[in-house]
Amino acid sequence: MFIELGHFALALALCLALVQSIVPLAGAARRLSGWMAVGRSAALGQFAMVALSFAALTHAYVTSDFSVSNVVENSHSAKPMLYKISGVWGNHEGSMLLWVLILSLCGAAVASFGGNLPRELRARVLAVQGMVATGFLLFILATSNPFTRVIPAPADGHGLNPVLQDPGLAFHPPFLYLGYVGSSVAFAFAVAALIEGRVDAAWARWVRPWALVSWCALTVGIALGSWWAYYTLGWGGWWFWDPVENASLLPWLSGTALIHSAIVVERRDTMKSWTILLALLTFGLALVGTFLVRSGVLSSVHAFAVDPARGVFILGLLIIAIGGSFTLYAWRAPALQGGGLFAPISREGALVLNNLLLATATGTVLLGTLYPLFMDAFGLKISVGPPFYNRTFLPLMTPLLVAMAVGPLLAWKRGDLTAALQRLWVAFGFALLVVLVGLYLSGFHAVLAILGLGLAAWIAAGVLAEWGERIRLFRAPLRDSWRRAAGLPRAAYGMSLAHFGMAVLVAGVSASAFEQERIEALRPGDHIDIAGYTLTLREVRRVPGPNYVADEAVIEVKRGGTVIDEMHPQRRTFTVQRQTTALTAIRTGLSADLYLALGEGDAQVGWIVRAWHKPIVSWIWLGALVMALGGVVSLTDRRWRVGVAARKPAALPAAAE
Amino acid sequence: MRRIAFLAPLVLFLGLAGWFAAALFSGRDPRELPSALIDKPAPEFDLPSLAVGDLADGRLSSASLRGQVTVVNFFASWCAPCRVEHPVLLRMARQEKIRVIGIAYKDRPEDSRRFLAELGDPFLTTGIDRDGRTGIDFGLYGVPETYVIDKLGRIRKRIVGPVTPALLDRELLPLLRALERS
Amino acid sequence: MRLLFALFLLAAPAWAVQPDERLADPALEARARALSKELRCVVCHNESIDDSNATLARDIRIVLRERLAAGDSDGQAKAFLVARYGDFVLLRPPVRADTYLLWFGPFALLALGGAVAFAAQRRRTPAAPAPLTPEEQARLAALLREEPK
Repeated sequence: MFIELGHFALALALCLALVQSIVPLAGAARRLSGWMAVGRSAALGQFAMVALSFAALTHAYVTSDFSVSNVVENSHSAKPMLYKISGVWGNHEGSMLLWVLILSLCGAAVASFGGNLPRELRARVLAVQGMVATGFLLFILATSNPFTRVIPAPADGHGLNPVLQDPGLAFHPPFLYLGYVGSSVAFAFAVAALIEGRVDAAWARWVRPWALVSWCALTVGIALGSWWAYYTLGWGGWWFWDPVENASLLPWLSGTALIHSAIVVERRDTMKSWTILLALLTFGLALVGTFLVRSGVLSSVHAFAVDPARGVFILGLLIIAIGGSFTLYAWRAPALQGGGLFAPISREGALVLNNLLLATATGTVLLGTLYPLFMDAFGLKISVGPPFYNRTFLPLMTPLLVAMAVGPLLAWKRGDLTAALQRLWVAFGFALLVVLVGLYLSGFHAVLAILGLGLAAWIAAGVLAEWGERIRLFRAPLRDSWRRAAGLPRAAYGMSLAHFGMAVLVAGVSASAFEQERIEALRPGDHIDIAGYTLTLREVRRVPGPNYVADEAVIEVKRGGTVIDEMHPQRRTFTVQRQTTALTAIRTGLSADLYLALGEGDAQVGWIVRAWHKPIVSWIWLGALVMALGGVVSLTDRRWRVGVAARKPAALPAAAE
Repeated sequence: MRRIAFLAPLVLFLGLAGWFAAALFSGRDPRELPSALIDKPAPEFDLPSLAVGDLADGRLSSASLRGQVTVVNFFASWCAPCRVEHPVLLRMARQEKIRVIGIAYKDRPEDSRRFLAELGDPFLTTGIDRDGRTGIDFGLYGVPETYVIDKLGRIRKRIVGPVTPALLDRELLPLLRALERS
Repeated sequence: MRLLFALFLLAAPAWAVQPDERLADPALEARARALSKELRCVVCHNESIDDSNATLARDIRIVLRERLAAGDSDGQAKAFLVARYGDFVLLRPPVRADTYLLWFGPFALLALGGAVAFAAQRRRTPAAPAPLTPEEQARLAALLREEPK
């Protein structure tokens, strides 16, 4: 009953989305306020319907209703409740429903909080969002319906892929989708601005928070995915340049460029057509990622079931959304007039450099992801793996990271590079010290990794120097500095935090060159020595789980002769799927992770135990979280609070007509 | 000039979309892997034979591939798709009278024997590749895998995964007949 | 920070492969490790044979070590596998006419982007005012003289 209701609600949501995409747009063109107001109620109604539909599917999962084929294929009555719920989006159909739920939530948010937007702009934004929602709702109803019944209902389900039964992966998709879908709001604003032929600071002030929300969510989503890979796959790798990972990295890179270039539009009323292009591109890349992952054009570990019909449909959506918006761009963007002038050495100039490098990096990742596909069309098989990205992506990122410390110290319009560098001499000294000490201690090995650590030190110290500069630390009385620190806008703190997070991440990545590995076959009583720890295998025991049985190793961790911990890596065999997964045991710390995985074996020949000592590896995800936190802090800046963003009379109207 | 720059994203995207469409409609499976050894001589090997006294001295070597069109099938008793494929191999050998040679990949000889005794033995002779080296020489991804070798001992086709009846009728048999005539 | 370094650098060399695969010669084993990070586990997706648990990856790791022990150079050992598995086995694609776009594309893109940014900057900066003609200079001087009045 609930299931049919959910299906019906979804169909109703499609009707509302259609209304939302047509009526307000026509209303805005003819300045009919009644028609424009339809957008708001349609968006809210659409959200209510999709939420109802999502609730119906969740209900089916929670109550293990095996008359629904989607539940049969992806759930099992013996599954823990968390994974019953996360199972809703652990499959293609349900994940698309989650996607649309977030999309309609964004639409509802624009409808509810957009009261201070000019009516025409809001109507057009909502209409564009309605179009995107129409496309995806049609996609679900036509090719990926989660509400089909099976008659007769089987006694139990097939269960969720054991690899997906994990807390990290349970929350990874919602964040990722919020990131992807959030970029549709910036997209909708960009399309609306192109229709209006008008981009000004107030527009940027509206777009930037949305771009930031999407960027934060994407950052967290990518970090969760990477952390999941780290602790599940059993050898501690955290990034593989896999097509599916790249699909999420691409909109992140262009989204990062967008949140930076939008500052220039907001502050200096220039770089407008480029910012519009980035907003279109970011959502476009999110769509391309969806296409690549779900059409089976690229093969990848994470790819959902291959289905050409879905591929054709998504490609159609892609052509309408991206092709359409790029056509509009080619037609309308040349009329957007750039405003403020600036010298090459200036804050704007630094942000142009940031955008240039990020855009090139986006292009590089896109090229590396698509090239094997391109070669395949000529019957040639090649692989593009980490060594390619190490040679192309990293050299592009290095100047960006170096410039990251300098850019914020340059003034708008015309900056003084010498003065900025003078303020950074302490940071430079600190970075140099890190490099020299590193080189000395390592005996001139792993030079690149040490330079990476030096770079991290440079950025971190640069962030502090910039903050010290803003509050006139040690130059003004301390009380005065304190007052300034308290008075700094949240956006400034957000930037400092995000940049600092990047430094932490760079340090974590660089330090991976110093990890140690031991792989031994251990019988009970045998031990491994690694990085000052002694790991002794006590026993391997059988442990029953709710839907699996596990072999669990009991490993005693000693340091300096005293027992400090006991670690329990497992090998789980899932009874329903007859699949084995490794549950690693990790002793996480700020200074290093001790990482254990249990391999095959028995008491006679011994069990293969893999042990890693990974210095500051947790800084990678910590850094990503700090970056996302920086975004959140920036979002609380008062100039973006509701009511402040009212459009002021544009200083330099860029009217097209 | 300036307008052209604004057209560039659209043009690039349309190129990409056209190519996506071509890739999507080509029906090509991205996981299909053509052999690196196509039209090259089959690798040399000399393996003990499963049944003693089959060809020469209880061994199966690459020399026996020359002069006749041969199908080489890598299989293992532990591989489930091999069981699915087996009736097709039997038909190939018994009804279509094709020379099929088996190579038991990383399998215990007694298990291979039991497998063939249970399901029927389509192979003229079966080599034992205990350590999988011959497999690596062939560029083997896994079992089952099937190679068509022409009269000159060159690899002409490789099929990754089980040979289905449809694949046999539509692709393999025409190729084998053509090779036999040449 | 310094303490951290001290921690890293106590590191003795360590291997990721299974215990029984390792070569006795540490220099050879280090070469094998470095090579196997650049070789794809062909039955996996985007995993190197160094990372993979797949049996075929293990077999190829062993073959690779045998080739190196037999005196193959890194290039010869790679060529041995490319002859069997094609370029697909290389995680670092070879630089050839058909991969120039891949390898040089990023840098071409950077150059192109740089040129566009430069052109945009040029367009944005108004041309420097033309120097004054002699008549204008004379008028300016006259105006300046008038100023104090």
